Amino acid sequence: MTQHSTFSRRRVIGGGLAAMASLPFVGCASMGGPSIGRVVIVGGGFGGATAARYLRMWGGNVDVTLVERNETFVSCPISNLVLGGHKQMSDITVGYAGLEALGVRRIQAEVAAIDPQAREVRLADGRKLPYDRVIVSPGVDFMLDQVAGLAAPAAQERFLHSWKAGPQTVALRRQLEAMPDGGVYALAIPKAPYRCPPGPYERACMVASYFKQFKPRSKVLVLDANPEITSKKALFEKAFADHYKGIVEYRANNELKTVDATTGTAKLEFDDVKADVLNVVPPQRAGDIARTAGLLNMNNRWAGVNWLTMESTAVPGIHVLGDATFSAPAMPKSGHMANQHAKVAAAAIIQLLKKEPVNATPVVMNTCFSFVTARDVIHVASVHQYDVADKTFKTVPGSGGVSQAANQVEGRNALSWAQNIWADMLAT
Amino acid sequence: MQSIHRLGAGLLVLSASLAQAQDANLARNLAATCANCHGTNGRALGDTVKPLAGVSADKIVAAINDYKSGAQPATIMHQIAKGYSDDQIKLIASYFAAQPAKK
Repeated sequence: MTQHSTFSRRRVIGGGLAAMASLPFVGCASMGGPSIGRVVIVGGGFGGATAARYLRMWGGNVDVTLVERNETFVSCPISNLVLGGHKQMSDITVGYAGLEALGVRRIQAEVAAIDPQAREVRLADGRKLPYDRVIVSPGVDFMLDQVAGLAAPAAQERFLHSWKAGPQTVALRRQLEAMPDGGVYALAIPKAPYRCPPGPYERACMVASYFKQFKPRSKVLVLDANPEITSKKALFEKAFADHYKGIVEYRANNELKTVDATTGTAKLEFDDVKADVLNVVPPQRAGDIARTAGLLNMNNRWAGVNWLTMESTAVPGIHVLGDATFSAPAMPKSGHMANQHAKVAAAAIIQLLKKEPVNATPVVMNTCFSFVTARDVIHVASVHQYDVADKTFKTVPGSGGVSQAANQVEGRNALSWAQNIWADMLAT
Repeated sequence: MQSIHRLGAGLLVLSASLAQAQDANLARNLAATCANCHGTNGRALGDTVKPLAGVSADKIVAAINDYKSGAQPATIMHQIAKGYSDDQIKLIASYFAAQPAKK
């Protein structure tokens, strides 16, 4: 009798271990009963990380795998303050431990392909991740061929974009520090749409704030491909005039056509500009994996989505978030908006996995704060309600708007926003 | 006949609970649009922004209405408040009121 019960206990334990070994997501499933489905998320930025957090928080027993190439999250919002010398990289860097503690399986790897027939994500190292639903939140990649000479290795080394926070943020800061007083920093802005509409003008302010204090004979030359400042125009014009007169020079309709890495020259339509530091923000499209997966059905540049679910209109079962999407009217490409997209997607995916109806009236909203000095901030805000007839998000008439004037209360609010949104997405 | 009645009553209960679940999800989803500034489930970090978790629904609705009318001046909330309907504000307020104030 004793022998028998020992034997059966062994069998039970052994069988249990074998079952666990064959279930790659056992850690997640154990938290809320049997799993209702497997979701693989490609990209751990504002969109992907938020989706992971909310799928776990709202879905409970959803198996969530997050694939991200970087070890840590580095925030684009606030990164212009690093360029200005007002913040350090450590201030804008957050790890993924909070998500892992929630049961998110994190894989640091490169995604090579998505196979919608086999329903699996293929990693560059050969691993395959089966999914019931996949979320693609790749941000943007650059259309280097739109500026002649820019794709050359020497040009890539010399003309930084710093439009993805990380090593390029550090490298551009070093270029600015190495630049002699009396030098010229030129910033080339692509035609809209691009990631973070007010970002370039905030960057001009932040670099100018550094020059004003440490290199007062230097210049910030803004070469804008757009006919005017694309976001918070009057407020940025006032900031340039009030704080950076004689430092910032703004030129509209100045599209960068060609760069020469040997001489450091930027060629525009009518003239050439020689800058000591030339910071080129290239034209953008959805991140590479969205193109590889066949999602770019809008101008071969952005991914069309069903706004009720964020599901691709090109490939079923794939949901797309953030900058990579073909934006609804007046919807900015921002980290804040990607976070909001993620919540719509997380809610819808849980319903779809449960075979229950999705929310028919989603709402998203956006707030972008921009620093014009180290302490003074301006905002733009908008609220977007789903329009059933037109099947898109529309801003609510009479809502939203910009700051009356730059102010320090919003300076504190902007840093509080960063603290709260990073915690919201990364479960810190 | 009786069993059909019972079935009907069962369906009614089922559809009522489904509608309730949908409302609960709607409130949850709407409230999540506030989290970027006011913290996940209204539990804001830092002392700059007002936390919403555990605040009474009446108080939240009154505050939003004051922002909407301009009775309470603001840097940004007057613009955001005007983007939500009165019914949506009520759902958001009831969701935050039901959240525990601390983690």
